[in-house]
Parts: sequence; structure tokens; C-alpha cells
Amino acid sequence: MLQMFKWKTGEFSWVDFTIDVLRILIVLAIVVGSWNTLSEGRISFAQWVNLFIAGLSQGSIYALIALGYTLVYGILLMINFAHGEVFMAGAFSTVFLAEALNRTGFLNQSPVLAILLMILFAGLVSMTVAILLERIAYRPLRGSPRLVPLITAIGASFFLQYTFRGLYGSGFKAYPQVKILQGVFQVGSINIPKVQIFVFISALVLMFALYWLVERSRIGKAMRAVSENKEVARLMGIDIDWVILFTFGVGGFLAGSAGVINGMFRPQGVNFFMGFIPGIKAFTAAVLGGIGNIPGAMLGGLFLGVIEAIGPNLVLAGLGIPGANQLKDVIAFTMLVLVLIFRPQGILGERLSEKKA
Amino acid sequence: MKRLFLVFTLFGLLLTFGAPALADAHCMDALGCVEVGPDDPIVIGAMLSVSGATSFYGEDSRGGVELAILGRDGMLLGRDIEFVVEDSLCSAEGGQAAAQRMAADESIVGIIGTTCSGAAQGALPIISEAGMLMISPSNTSPSLTNDDRDAGGTYLPGYFRTAHNDLFQGALGARFAVEVLKTGSLATIHDGDPYTEGLAVVMANTFAGLNGEVVFQGAVSKGDTDMSAILTEIAASGPDIVYFPVFVPESEFIASQLVNTPGLEEALMMTADGSFSATFAQNTGDAAVGIYMTGPHVSGDAYDAFIATWKEEIDEAGPPSGFHAHAYDGANLLMDAVEAVAEEMDDGTLVIGRQALRDALSSVEAYDGLTGSLTCQASSPYAGDCATGDALAVFSITEAEVAEGNWPPPIVWTPSMASGG
Repeated sequence: MLQMFKWKTGEFSWVDFTIDVLRILIVLAIVVGSWNTLSEGRISFAQWVNLFIAGLSQGSIYALIALGYTLVYGILLMINFAHGEVFMAGAFSTVFLAEALNRTGFLNQSPVLAILLMILFAGLVSMTVAILLERIAYRPLRGSPRLVPLITAIGASFFLQYTFRGLYGSGFKAYPQVKILQGVFQVGSINIPKVQIFVFISALVLMFALYWLVERSRIGKAMRAVSENKEVARLMGIDIDWVILFTFGVGGFLAGSAGVINGMFRPQGVNFFMGFIPGIKAFTAAVLGGIGNIPGAMLGGLFLGVIEAIGPNLVLAGLGIPGANQLKDVIAFTMLVLVLIFRPQGILGERLSEKKA
Repeated sequence: MKRLFLVFTLFGLLLTFGAPALADAHCMDALGCVEVGPDDPIVIGAMLSVSGATSFYGEDSRGGVELAILGRDGMLLGRDIEFVVEDSLCSAEGGQAAAQRMAADESIVGIIGTTCSGAAQGALPIISEAGMLMISPSNTSPSLTNDDRDAGGTYLPGYFRTAHNDLFQGALGARFAVEVLKTGSLATIHDGDPYTEGLAVVMANTFAGLNGEVVFQGAVSKGDTDMSAILTEIAASGPDIVYFPVFVPESEFIASQLVNTPGLEEALMMTADGSFSATFAQNTGDAAVGIYMTGPHVSGDAYDAFIATWKEEIDEAGPPSGFHAHAYDGANLLMDAVEAVAEEMDDGTLVIGRQALRDALSSVEAYDGLTGSLTCQASSPYAGDCATGDALAVFSITEAEVAEGNWPPPIVWTPSMASGG
């Protein structure tokens, strides 16, 4: 404890003091807010559980997108801000396939096959977009100052948004409902929507597949090698350009599948702009978990989803803040700021100085 | 040296006072004039939301203006009409930026826009200060035509709109909820936009005034997809009806998640013209059946002809939202005003007084537009309001809208039914 409050041990510094005060205030706010809400008892236990599970589902979608950020960062030390648009590309393109499958009745006759087909299609579309992005926008700039690819990514993000608007128009579309995913599972007094179980499980499967790919397969070994040290990897005979392209492709595939899973979970709101906010949230999740760290991105996504779902009602409403639900994003981004203040390397992240910063 | 100074001073004086006097020789207008040379086109500006998530509203209005110009074969007073569109997004900052670009172009006679009330609040101070005028086809926030600053009014001279004031729309919704649906308790959700917030407040006040109980007033933010947190909170208050006058797709998320929220299965739902989009019912799915919606209601032979032209000239699918007719009327009001005010000089130059244009619009009375009879009012809280609120209705979404894509949904109530008892 004494070590935490450095100023007590004699080496007084205003910076440490302010950060400690901030820490105490935040903990106090969380405790007081939660205490008020829980003692008021407006929201029942079952409702809290429902919120938690909805948060987990939302979080697993953030996590799938966050993996794309983290993979690319791990290998190139760059933030691919166009990754939200890669997600949009798959989700937006597949909505047409989903409509067609629904019209022919295939979607409800053999839903498993249809959903697999959609995930595959969305994954391939997003993968293509991500690969083209790397090849056309990022590769020519490799080796330039780090700000350059960052700005390019923002430009590429606008380019993709308005290209897709040109392709599919500016209206909103929605995924059709899959009958097998409607309804709830009853566990005691708690009703869990089936679709949320589907989202969580399919996201877990994809994450495990990725983990296996990176840790156990040959190409995964190459990815880790390139991430460790590009020059030495090249000397070992690894085709770096190909590995980087592959990494973008994998990130793209995950984002595209996240698009379809998201479409099952929250069917509405499919348009050319839909990638923006999930993109920012997933980036937040990646930083929360420790950017460049794969389990970190998964954990960060889940954590962010749950905090967003529970935070407004638990903490803000308890503190008597009006319009608490409007401040959901504030909670998400406050978490980001808090992590950057208290643990800059993220929950599971390694210190940047250990890598080449 | 002294003489040189004198020469410069005289020259400076001449530039300061003489030059404008020479240029404005024909202009007697208090706010200055637009001068259109003999071979120059007449320029009409527009500040619309043509990018971002609400761009389909902007495209809807842009089509309306284009058809109005086309209706005159692209000519006004023997000149070509040039149509300049700036993107005002759906935010105060966007409106401000678009207005600055508009104000910098002195050849613009008048502006159609903005799309969103939020953008108008950023744009109006600049447009008003520049002596220009703007006619909005889709701003409905009550604050824009209210000049009482203490009550949050933001009206400034030069503002007109052909869209209905939400004082009409919110009251219509509240009266329908109380008098027809016989609901006793209300929850409202807005998204922080002045338009949605204004509508939620008008609804809540009118509802309370009719002896209803307002049990929850909350907000989400634009871009939210997960509404479970606020819906859980609303379920704890147990309202008879939930009113969410927000835009698509947030309204679609709210509706589809509300029916699955424990405790809200029986609650009625009502939304407003921010969700008046041809795809709302299909996107929301089965949850949309039974939702009430207040929104623009335009009908008649002239309107049918307008839609036919739209399908021929702009898009097979028809207009993407419900404010194209308002934009059409707005553009025609502007062009009529220009025709009435413009004076042709001997050298062929057209001189159009800016104050005279504003006066011409203010004096519009019983204009027979697509959206009904338009009379522009002068006094707060309806200053600049040209629509009377008659072109509104309560719609109810049925199976046909969800399954077959029928739009607009059947009308269940109109203001005339309201006044009739």
C-alpha cells in the first residue's frame, strides 16, 4: 500500500499525488454509484444477468474486430484505422446474400449451412478488401515515418466508405431474422436469448481457430517471427511481404465474419457508415487488452462490451446523472483513458520499450 | 511628401466610400442585392446532409429541389438556374461549415436547407448575418422558429421552413396516445439531437397536460446499437407506451430489442418522422407490426405526378424519405420570390434585393403547394413557419409493410380527425 502512495514515502511529487487522488475518486464514484443503484433495487437480479450476457455478446463482436487491429499492430506497429471499413465491407455485401437466401427459403430450411455460407462469403469479401488495402495503400509506404501510414489509413477509410455508398446506396438495410435463433433458453428464472448464445459461441470458435493458427501452424510461426524481427525473419528465408499480406487477410476474414455474427445479433443499421463506431470501439478494446497481444484483444473486447452494458445503469444512474444511457460511449472511452493513465501497456500488454518502439 | 499623402488619402477615401456606391447604384435594399449579369445564371444554394448516416434525407430533399428546377425547364427569368449543394452533415459543426461557404458566395439568391435541426442551429447565425435566407424542407425543431432566447429559441430573420413544426407533431402524437389509445403512462427516449429532444419534450409536456403520467425520460446516443441498458431501465418504470422519436437505424434497434425486453412485451410503441423511411418496417422485422408513427402526409394528384416524374428522372425506387415534397415546395417558393423581386436594369443585369426576398417569402399566403396550403407566419413561436401542420398524420405499421415492403403505412389518425373530436 505504501508503495502505491509514493508521496507518503517521502519522494513527494504533484503528478503522483494527482494520479492517486484521481484513483481514489474514481474508485469512490464506482462504489457509491453501484451502492446507490443496488440498494434502490429498481433492476432485478435477472435483469442484471441479462445485461451482462448481452454485454458479453456485444463484446465478443468487438473482440473479433479488435483482433484485426492487434494482428496488424503486432506485425507492423501501425494502427490500421480503415479496419472498421473492412468490417463494413463484409457485413454490407453479405446482407444481399442473406436477403437472397431468405427469399428462397434456404435460410430457414438449413440455417447452419446458410449461416456458414454467409460467414465464408463475408470473410472472403473483407479479406479481399483488407489485402487490397495492404497492397495498394500501405505497402508502398512501408518504412516511411509512422504518421504517414496512419493518415493514409484514415484516407483509405473514407475512400472505402464512399466506394461502398456508391456501390450499394446510402439507405439502411437489415439482416433477415433466422427462426432458429429467435426465442430464449430458460435457465432458472433467467431467460437468455438464443441469438446471444450463438454469437458468443461462434466468436469463441473463431478466436480459438486464430489462436491455433498463430501458435501451432507453420505460417503462424512465420507471423510471430516477422513480428519479432523483420530483418532476421527475412534472413531465415521467410517471405515477409507474403506474411504481412496473410496477416491482413486473416484480420479481414475475422472482421467479415464479425459482420455476419453482428448481423444475426443486431440485424438493423447495415449501411456504408456502420463500420465507424464498431471500429473505434474495437480499437479501444485492443488498447484496453494491450495492443499487439492476441488474448489481450479478446479479453479487452469482452471487458468493454460488459462495461458498456452494465456501467450506465450501475454506476452513472446511481450517481444521479441524468441521461445515463446517453453516456455509454463516455464510459467506454473513459475506460480507455483510465487504462492509458494507470496501465499504458494494457491489461495483458507487454511494455513497448521491450519491443522496438 | 505631404502631397503624396494627400493623394493616397483621397484615393483611399474614394475606394472606401465611392466604389461600393458606384456598384450599388441600383440597389436600394437594406441588406444589399444579388446582381446577376446578363449572361450569368441565377444560383440557388442548398445545405443538405448528403454524406454520413443521414444522407438519404439529404438526397430526398435534393431530388425535390432538382425536380422543382426541372419543372421550370431549368430557367428562371430567362436565365439558367445553377444549383449548388454543400454538405451540412447532421450536426451544428457541419451546418456552420456549409453556411460559411454559402455566405462567401455572393451570387447565391437563397438556400434550401438544412436537413437536420442541429445543422440549422449552426448555420442560421451565419446565413442571417450575411443577409441571406434559408428555407428548410425538414427542420422540425420548435426552437428554430421561436425567438424567446430564455425558452431556448434560436430564431433569426431569414429563416423559413416548409416542414411542420414539432409543436404540431408532438402534440398530435400525445393526443393520439391519450385520446385514442387511452394510455396512462409514457416513457420517452431521444438521442441528444435538438430535433429528437424537442419532440420528446413536446410529447411529454402535452401528455402530462392531458393528465397522463410521464414515468421515464431518457436518452441514447447516435450510433448506439445495443439498447438493452436503457430498455431495462424503462421496463423498471413500466410505461403503457414508449415514445422514441429518434432517427433510423437507432429507432430500428430500439423497436426490435424492446419487444424482447422482459416487462415491455405489452408496451405500445410510437416513433416520429425521423424514422419515416421506406425501409423502417422491413428492417425492424416482426417487431415493427403495431408501431405508431407520426409523420408527413402528402397526397393528391399533383403529388402522384411528382412521384411519377421522380421515378422517371431520378430513381426507379422512388424517394428515400418523406421530405421531398417539402423541398419541392421550398424551392418553388424561393423561385417565385426571386421572380417577384428581381428588377432588370437597362444593361440586362438583374438586381435582386435580399431584404425584399425575405419580405416576399414572409408574405406568402395560402400558396397551393404539394404539401398543402402554405402560409408563412411572422411571429414567434412560429416565426418563419410556412407549414400549418395539416400535412401530418399518425400511421400504423401492419404486416403488409413488414412482409411486402408496402410504404407509407395506413393512416389511423389525422389532425382533422383530432379537431373533429
